[in-house]
Amino acid sequence: MRNSRYLGPDGLIADKPLFTESNWNFAGLRTVYNAIERIAIEELGLDFYPVQIEVITSEQMLDAYASVGLPLMYRHWSFGKRFAYHETLYKKGLQGLAYEIVINSNPVICYIMEENSMTMQTLVMAHAAVGHNHFFKNNYLFRQWTDADGILDYLSFARDYVAQCEEKHGAEAVERVLDAAHALKEHGVNRYTHRARPNLAEEKRRAEERRAYAEATYDDIWRTVPMASIPQDETEAQKKAAEVKAKLGLPEENLLYFIEKRAPRLDDWQRELIRIVRHVSQYFYPQKQLQLMNEGCATFVHYEIMNRLHDRGLITEGSMLEFLHSHSSVVFQPGFDDPRFSGINPYALGFAMMSDIQRICEDPTEEDRAWFADIAGCGDAFGVLRHAWANYRDESFILQYLSPRMIRQFRLFQVKDDSTKPSMKVEAIHDDFGYWRIRKALAKQYDLSQREPDIQVIDVDLTGDRTLILAHYFHDDVLLEEKTCRAVLNYARYLWGYAVKLQEIDAETDTVLKTYEVAAPPRP
Amino acid sequence: MHIVDRRPNPKGKSLSNRQRFLARARIEVKGAVQDALRKRKVADVANGEKVTIPTRGITEPIFHHSRRTGRIDHVVPGNKEYVRGDEIPRPNGGEGRGGSEGSPDGGGEDAFEFTLSKEEFLDMFFEDLELPDLVKKSLKDTTTVDLQRAGYTITGSPSNLSVPRTMRNSMARRIALRRPRLPELEELRQLLEEANEACNETEANRLIGQLNALEGRIKIIPFIDTMDLRYRRFDRIPRPNTEAVMFCLMDVSGSMTEAMKDLAKRFFMLLHMFLVRRYRHVDIVFIRHTSTAEEVDEEAFFYSRETGGTVVSTALEKMVEIAKAHYPSDRWNIYGAQASDGDNYGADSSRCASLLGGEVLPLCQYFAYIEVGNGLSSAGLSGLSRDSDLWKAYSEVAPAHGHFAMRRVGDPAQIFSVFHELFAKGGVRA
Repeated sequence: MRNSRYLGPDGLIADKPLFTESNWNFAGLRTVYNAIERIAIEELGLDFYPVQIEVITSEQMLDAYASVGLPLMYRHWSFGKRFAYHETLYKKGLQGLAYEIVINSNPVICYIMEENSMTMQTLVMAHAAVGHNHFFKNNYLFRQWTDADGILDYLSFARDYVAQCEEKHGAEAVERVLDAAHALKEHGVNRYTHRARPNLAEEKRRAEERRAYAEATYDDIWRTVPMASIPQDETEAQKKAAEVKAKLGLPEENLLYFIEKRAPRLDDWQRELIRIVRHVSQYFYPQKQLQLMNEGCATFVHYEIMNRLHDRGLITEGSMLEFLHSHSSVVFQPGFDDPRFSGINPYALGFAMMSDIQRICEDPTEEDRAWFADIAGCGDAFGVLRHAWANYRDESFILQYLSPRMIRQFRLFQVKDDSTKPSMKVEAIHDDFGYWRIRKALAKQYDLSQREPDIQVIDVDLTGDRTLILAHYFHDDVLLEEKTCRAVLNYARYLWGYAVKLQEIDAETDTVLKTYEVAAPPRP
Repeated sequence: MHIVDRRPNPKGKSLSNRQRFLARARIEVKGAVQDALRKRKVADVANGEKVTIPTRGITEPIFHHSRRTGRIDHVVPGNKEYVRGDEIPRPNGGEGRGGSEGSPDGGGEDAFEFTLSKEEFLDMFFEDLELPDLVKKSLKDTTTVDLQRAGYTITGSPSNLSVPRTMRNSMARRIALRRPRLPELEELRQLLEEANEACNETEANRLIGQLNALEGRIKIIPFIDTMDLRYRRFDRIPRPNTEAVMFCLMDVSGSMTEAMKDLAKRFFMLLHMFLVRRYRHVDIVFIRHTSTAEEVDEEAFFYSRETGGTVVSTALEKMVEIAKAHYPSDRWNIYGAQASDGDNYGADSSRCASLLGGEVLPLCQYFAYIEVGNGLSSAGLSGLSRDSDLWKAYSEVAPAHGHFAMRRVGDPAQIFSVFHELFAKGGVRA
């Protein structure tokens, strides 16, 4: 390629920068991308999907915002609301637009805005087209849950299907189903891969193994131990109930799946709509657990690439300064008492942790050797990082790699907010006592199963009035917010067609603390 | 790597979602529009409007944890002074929790703000209003004729020729009949020349034969045949008479204060906007009066200062005169709106009433009388305050004429509700 002259395999120093003007052009994008790709593959050892870069206007960027960052989406008023919201913020100047949006598909689609300068386009390509891209292709959650090859086709099917339904059944009817399904979309994902269907040969083999094990460990003495006597009829009833539950696949935490398959009064097209919402939700499921790592990975990669480009003289000092200015505002972390504070900035923490891992690998302190004996001083920072990118999610990544130094640098502290007490209490700060606790508490904060309520379908009153019974298993007495809970239950009732009941159950003691009931909808 | 330039892609991808959203938030948006109207100036009534609506009808609820129950651990950055065991007062509205970000609607209970376009704004604004007696007029009247596109036809005037359609047909026919293309001829001529140069006579003759055949074919199969021609077709759609004239009558004598004039102006502006949306063409005639009446332009109507007595009947006479001269009622929809503070020269009021009942109302589709007060008297209190002479006189005319309405307005905030009352679909009229 054209730029091989500048960038030999031995990292030759370039005789001139790839670009000097601030305006971008298509040829320039291509040249820069090739240089970036080369560094990423040959030096950082990254492995990513092919890239398609799409240049868009700010208005199109707003469109993309509205459809939650996907290039196509079915029609629904909530996307219009999102658009109106972002448009107003943007026009008032309260909010800048993202420089890029990247879509986890194969090939990866990377939107870049026409307003960006050439330096920003370089940064964006290093960040999204390479950084995010590598993460998408390699992280286990994406590999397990996201069908990068099929997502765009599926979305286009979804859009057309919803449009057809609107034509056939009226926009209002479709809207009602989508509204209701959207209310439950966070609970429309599979969190575990499906149980494999029982396979006869496999079952036989396992039965054989069990028998062999029983034979090998047989001891006649157990025969003499008296058994607890259980009343016959009770076990019968329990058995029967358990059987019914098993047939229904209960308990089921994917509420939308259960409703789609089991709701008695839905038409086929309504089930298909629910399925669409479920699939889209499932597509975003890994993303919610990987925000910190995804942004951290992309930020770390762009920082590394930009520096390497600069070291070789491929970008000018001016560009480098422009980049550093932008980079430092991206990784800015205001303190908790700062008016700009809105939680931990995933770019900041992710980037800092990954840079820290690099430091631990290359230049460890005594403390690092004690905390990270396996990687401290190993020298292969990128190997360690690639391993982390592939095999961790936010929660486990923090649990594994948050170092005391990071806790000191961010001055993290843990506060316990007990609603029965008048004030909150500081539980741990950045000291020897606190490192371990803070690390654990922060990891928990990123754990989706802690952040989102654990709601399951536990039973359906099949012999009675077909009431759908949901349970919210809570920890630490954190209950559901009442108003929204009722609203969501109303939606659930609409889909289910009969009464819906939700019990808030303490996961430790199994006591029911609170029960919501929504009566069956009136029959027309 | 591919680079795709998406910038030329069609815009407005979110438009249909936006319409859905507006339809969804209709009630809230309408309320906001009416609120907005009370606050803004008449001159920019027709601009787009930033509206703020409560999130009630447009929330997207999901299950989430309550912030007021249980024990929750927060890990946050930026510790400056705290040590283990410190007690921190609970901040209002809940500590910003690490990891959780503001919801897209700006956080639960807040109002939701966005901007309506001018069209959207006016749609909402006039949504359930209608012009009285619009139908009666259009049935009675000669209708005008409108042209509307209605596909294509094989005959028509040259100015309606549809070139793309014609060329499409022509091309299909040429391909089907294998009309030789010019490059083919060129090629043959080239070969012929070469053959001539090489003195290859048999070859030349063969080529000449071929060439003649092709040229003959070209002559037989024309480039554009009459059967290819397509013309744009228009249907003539009868439309009701869509011309209206609006008479604005106002007392500008000394007793009318600026505030009263402002009220009157707001009313006239609303009426004008409303008419413009219903009729293709709306003429406005401004008639101001003191003890005499004259037709003036808008500027003079609203802003010039006059002094003198008050004889209302002169304005009504003027209106009848102008209507008869320029706006025959069989061709024009005539609307009248009169604003006054109710003062009139003693004996004139009864004359006004007879003029109104006898001459003006038979001409008009609708006539509204707005009595503007100084902010103290309002429509609701009309029973308590003293009725003006004009009001009394008009009250006698009103019951006999369904298309006459009278209202009192005390302050700008009432303008919209009065207007709304007057034109509400199937609404009551005084």
